[in-house]
Amino acid sequence: MKQFELSHVMDFIIGDAQAERAVPPTGFTARLTLFAAAVMAFLAVFALALSVSAGRLSERWSAELAQSATLRISAPVGQMQAQTDAALGVLETTPGIASARVLSDDEQRALLEPWFGPDVPLESLPIPRLIEIVEADIGFDAEGLRLRLVAEAPGAVLDDHTRWRKPLAAAASRLWFLGWLSIVLIFAVMGAMITLAANAALAANAKVISVMRLVGAKDSYIANAFVRRFTLRTITGAAVGMVIGAIAVVLLPSAQEEGFLSDLGFAGAGWLWPLIIPIVAGVVAFLATQAAARGTLKELR
Amino acid sequence: MIELEQVSYSYGEGELLSDISISLTPGSFHFLTGPSGAGKTTFLKLCYGELLPTAGHVRLFDRDVRSLARDDIAEMRRRIGVVHQDCQFLDHLPIADNIALPLTVAGHSVHDDQSNLTELMSWVGLRARAYALPPELSGGERQRAALARAVIMSPDVILADEPTGNLDWEMSQRLLQLLVELNKMGKTVVIATHDLALIRAAKGQVQARVLRIANRHLTVGADL
Repeated sequence: MKQFELSHVMDFIIGDAQAERAVPPTGFTARLTLFAAAVMAFLAVFALALSVSAGRLSERWSAELAQSATLRISAPVGQMQAQTDAALGVLETTPGIASARVLSDDEQRALLEPWFGPDVPLESLPIPRLIEIVEADIGFDAEGLRLRLVAEAPGAVLDDHTRWRKPLAAAASRLWFLGWLSIVLIFAVMGAMITLAANAALAANAKVISVMRLVGAKDSYIANAFVRRFTLRTITGAAVGMVIGAIAVVLLPSAQEEGFLSDLGFAGAGWLWPLIIPIVAGVVAFLATQAAARGTLKELR
Repeated sequence: MIELEQVSYSYGEGELLSDISISLTPGSFHFLTGPSGAGKTTFLKLCYGELLPTAGHVRLFDRDVRSLARDDIAEMRRRIGVVHQDCQFLDHLPIADNIALPLTVAGHSVHDDQSNLTELMSWVGLRARAYALPPELSGGERQRAALARAVIMSPDVILADEPTGNLDWEMSQRLLQLLVELNKMGKTVVIATHDLALIRAAKGQVQARVLRIANRHLTVGADL
């Protein structure tokens, strides 16, 4: 069965040179199809890059933020060390916590530097003490930990990054969705444009269709001559647009800071993703031209 | 072979053909006459399934044309060669490719039938013009090419619509002789024409029957 289907695909690709010649070359629709397919494939590469990058970023942000938490201890100077030690004791005995450590003065200074400058007198400011918590794979019970901390270190506030993680993950997820939606819309527009071009070509070749029918051509034979031509043109145009789009993605300027824009593009095996664009474009062109040809041939009956 | 039984055909409100019954038997030769606009072309179109009757039955090779799918009609067309008055060629293809078009659409390899094609082109006197495009041919050459295309599949029936309409007398005679030859090979031939001189010229060459369409009705005349 598979061999049978494969032979049909091969027949379609190889084509019938005689049938091809029966339909005269139509310069305008040929150029329109090539151009539309190339432009749409170019845009599809960017939409794909956006979607893949957003998906990757969403996963990374979720993973990074989910694996860490911060404990902030605000207490009078005299009680700071005692509450810090108590909090560390609670953390060491809490299941699901891989490690916990107090940030050094230098690390805290580095965190405050963007707001207060490089010479922050930490000793003279009532700055809370920060403890970095690294989660084990099984995770920990944040609510249970908070209850224990209330008793052992009342000045401790647990920040498990949920309020940061959720909107970031939601934003990245929405970007991913919008990227794929854009791809679907791009291919829908491509299908519409190819349908218009195919209809124009069929209308311009009404006499050819009439002559071919007169000499005994079946509608499937006539349709195939148009469908194959439009499908191959679309694949060619989409391949060109895909290559140009991929080059443009490679040439995107990279930002020094790590962020979304510096991450826009494909990575590793992800570079195979753009290869599906000409294939999908070919399928869209095949279906669009088939529908246009069937409709026109039915009307010409 | 082709049978019309109480066939009527209307274009919109007006009835063009009414209550026509005739059977085109194998090997018969018919001239179809009548004034311009009487319905000769419509009659021929009914005979090759291009038009469906608005009443009555048309049977092509014992099958009612109404029961035929589009692909079935395409199959039937391969058994019916049609010569149009305006020839109907694909102008971007050389005349040899136009003549071979019925072979192409039927899935035959033109290469395999190359000798037949060459022979056929010689028969209609167009061998030297094989690579000319249709617009480069004279009226007579185009009519002969149309005839060659109509017979390349060795059809059972040949329907010719005013095949000599644009030809001088000498060329008309030559085309008629080609059709008579085909009839002698056993083909059914129907020639729609208003050229009575052509019909007279056929007398003695072939046993033909004259059909006349006038006032929506078909009358069968005497044999020539």
